[in-house]
Amino acid sequence: MRFSLSLLVLIIILPILVILAYLFTPSSAVWQHLYDTVLGTYVTQSAILMVGVGFGSLVLGITSAWLTTLCDFPLRRFFTWSLLLPMAIPAYIIAYTYTGFLDFAGPVQTVLRELFNWSYGDYWFPEVRSLTGAVIMLSLVLYPYVYLLARSAFLSQADSVLEASQSLGLSPWQSFKRVSLPLARPAIIAGLSLVMMETLADFGTVQYFGVDTFTTGIYRTWFGLDENSAAGQLSAILLIFVFTLMILERWSRQQARYHQTSQRVQHSKRYTLKSGSLFSALLFCSLLLLFSFLIPVILLSHWAWLTMDQAFDTEFLTLAGNSLLLAAITAITVVSIAVLLGYGLRIYKQKNFAFLVRLSTLGYATPGVVVAVGVMIPLSWIDHRVDAFMDATFGISTGLLLSGTIFILIFAYTVRFMSVALQSVESGLSKVRPSLDQAAQTLGCQPRQVLTRIHIPIMQGSLLTALLIVFVDVMKELPATLILRPFNFNTLAIRAYELASDERLMEAASSALAIVATGLIPVLILSYSISKQARS
Amino acid sequence: MFIRQSILLLLCSTLISAAVHADVNVYSARKEALIKPLLVKFTEKTGIKVNLVTGKADTLIKRLEHEGKFSPADLIITTDAGRLFRAKSKQLVQPMQSDILDALIPESYRDPEHSWYGLSVRARPIIYHKDHVKPEQLSTYEDLANPKWKQKICIRSSNNIYNQSMLASMIAASSAEQTEQWAKGFVKNFARPPKGGDRDQVKAVAAGLCDIAIVNTYYLAQMQHSKDKMQTLAANKVAIFWPNQNDRGSHVNISGAAITTSSKHPKEALKLLEYLAGDDAQSWYANTNQEYPIRNNIKASDILTSWGTFKADQLNLSELGKRNADAVKIMDRAGWR
Repeated sequence: MRFSLSLLVLIIILPILVILAYLFTPSSAVWQHLYDTVLGTYVTQSAILMVGVGFGSLVLGITSAWLTTLCDFPLRRFFTWSLLLPMAIPAYIIAYTYTGFLDFAGPVQTVLRELFNWSYGDYWFPEVRSLTGAVIMLSLVLYPYVYLLARSAFLSQADSVLEASQSLGLSPWQSFKRVSLPLARPAIIAGLSLVMMETLADFGTVQYFGVDTFTTGIYRTWFGLDENSAAGQLSAILLIFVFTLMILERWSRQQARYHQTSQRVQHSKRYTLKSGSLFSALLFCSLLLLFSFLIPVILLSHWAWLTMDQAFDTEFLTLAGNSLLLAAITAITVVSIAVLLGYGLRIYKQKNFAFLVRLSTLGYATPGVVVAVGVMIPLSWIDHRVDAFMDATFGISTGLLLSGTIFILIFAYTVRFMSVALQSVESGLSKVRPSLDQAAQTLGCQPRQVLTRIHIPIMQGSLLTALLIVFVDVMKELPATLILRPFNFNTLAIRAYELASDERLMEAASSALAIVATGLIPVLILSYSISKQARS
Repeated sequence: MFIRQSILLLLCSTLISAAVHADVNVYSARKEALIKPLLVKFTEKTGIKVNLVTGKADTLIKRLEHEGKFSPADLIITTDAGRLFRAKSKQLVQPMQSDILDALIPESYRDPEHSWYGLSVRARPIIYHKDHVKPEQLSTYEDLANPKWKQKICIRSSNNIYNQSMLASMIAASSAEQTEQWAKGFVKNFARPPKGGDRDQVKAVAAGLCDIAIVNTYYLAQMQHSKDKMQTLAANKVAIFWPNQNDRGSHVNISGAAITTSSKHPKEALKLLEYLAGDDAQSWYANTNQEYPIRNNIKASDILTSWGTFKADQLNLSELGKRNADAVKIMDRAGWR
């Protein structure tokens, strides 16, 4: 069992090892050129982006989660589920949308100029396509990760704890700061690290905004300059950086490990907000929803309406079907593996195994293009070996068995999204008190039975979350799909991208809207199950 | 169990569809909307099925490289000569024998060793705001480094292949050192850090953010032709200037195609290539995508005709590929992001 689990992990981290192996190839002359010219920009821009988006999504995510779980105000129920909706919007699509809307030549500025008879230079208007713009766009669609995890953490905080804090005389703010927040910290950090990794891996937004980050730099070196080893080394450096961050996060969390003592999650007593704070809470939630979801969706709908005649053809259904199929297969595959790995971590408690599993989550911070190259190298190597072997022994040429099929695509997604599923599974598992395992074992359960009869039923919610996040992530994924997909196999994301990158934003709107709509289905199921959970 | 079965089924179906039929498999850097209609027509005419994957030329080339001799691709289509050169120098494409293609396609738009052929031409002239610039003020690409254009120029990122190839053509016309000098001055004249695509530059000029830009012709033509009022409005505020008419001519590039070394169906692939150079396909490029036909005897679209004729740089386009790496590094050093 342990052996096969380790093997499974090894297969998943193979692409990452391939990238890391580039560190041992001789460095090429292009390094000096990169160092002299662009490397500094890549590093600083990436750093600013990460810090900015991390901060932005923390503020937006924690505030909204706290307001909707622990406070009471009109429309609270509505915001509880609707604030998850931006999750369905890919960052590159919100970027296209706001650019079309707010750019110099867009409707807002044009109307302003006509109204006041201004021309260029007469007035100041924030530039959408900038580093700040990228920070805002990414924060607007990534905060739901923090919201989702912080929310379920706040919800699971037993009433008794908050009651105790209140009876000890803490104000809502103090109780939030000194009780809720520290208790929710592991979940919040898990959400934050998802956000950070998404940010580092983002390619579509920064490329469209003309912000040079490490990721666009890797792409340029790999494909533009055609310098494989330098690009591989840049990617390896990125991976090592992420890994260091992950270790630090683990280490900091080890200082404090919380298990709930009670499973009661009824919040009979929420803080009732009054006048000023009520108004600010409403305003905050409404504005957040407006900017992160309503404006982009309304704009996309408007554009889709204008181009309707050519957009919704029969091919559209095929594209949607492909997207859904890929997302479903991948979600089930990835979550099943994540359950095995998470459980393996829990029962074996072995340093080497744990290290390998940590390594497997690096894929999430790896840009899709790098993952694509990382899976392409070993799989085509295997294909060539298998063919040579079959040819020598049986005289049959097997050609490409793995590359160029759906398999390579699902493999790439697995590498890329393992972290998402594992985070969720692990946080689900951590809620199961170790004493339950021991009790089950005392009663004669095998480890496998403990998993199927105790853990999986208890962490149903977390598993659902994992499934849905992976599902939506695959729906939105672009670079790896673009590079690896087989013949005649397009997805909604690819059509939206092709049109948008051709600056035909309006025609891209229908596919973009469809991605958002399909992404909404799981998000709605998720929010429904959350609100049901909250009520029962 | 169900999952495993469905995955297997999927795997088998994709494998079989790729292996059994004598289809032509195409890797295309032309986007689906800009190539599929032609492929459908080809299938209707010949009964040969065409399978398509689209992507960026660089990544398609990388995919070909990794797949090696087993690559299912028969034909690779790119939107730039530099990338065809790269595919050729990696020995991913093979020379072909076609009297039809040799007769149809002008010499400067094809590989001297017959490894690739151009299929449509796109020019990259200067466009200017009709109210802010007089055409007499413009002359050559080289002149755009003149400080008189400070804060007046918009152009897209150096990541873009069209800019890389344009710079490569300038290196070919002078030298790397001179081009670097030029690039430094040119970058100083930017009105804003490069962002967006070619249409964005047209919009920026129309809105007064800058006075001149360098863009591919079909973008402007498509904007003039567009259903979106904002686009036509913007396109009508600018005019085209053909630079370097007194020396080498304006920079042009091609979209083109080559047959892969690993091709299992080179005959069918060649048929497709000849179809793409034929009358039907050439008129389609001209009228649907507003590109210049590669052949002189095919009429350009009305919009393109209205822009008049111009002298194109006669440089053999292989040179663009040869000098690509130099061009990219020069742009990096000049701070052209």
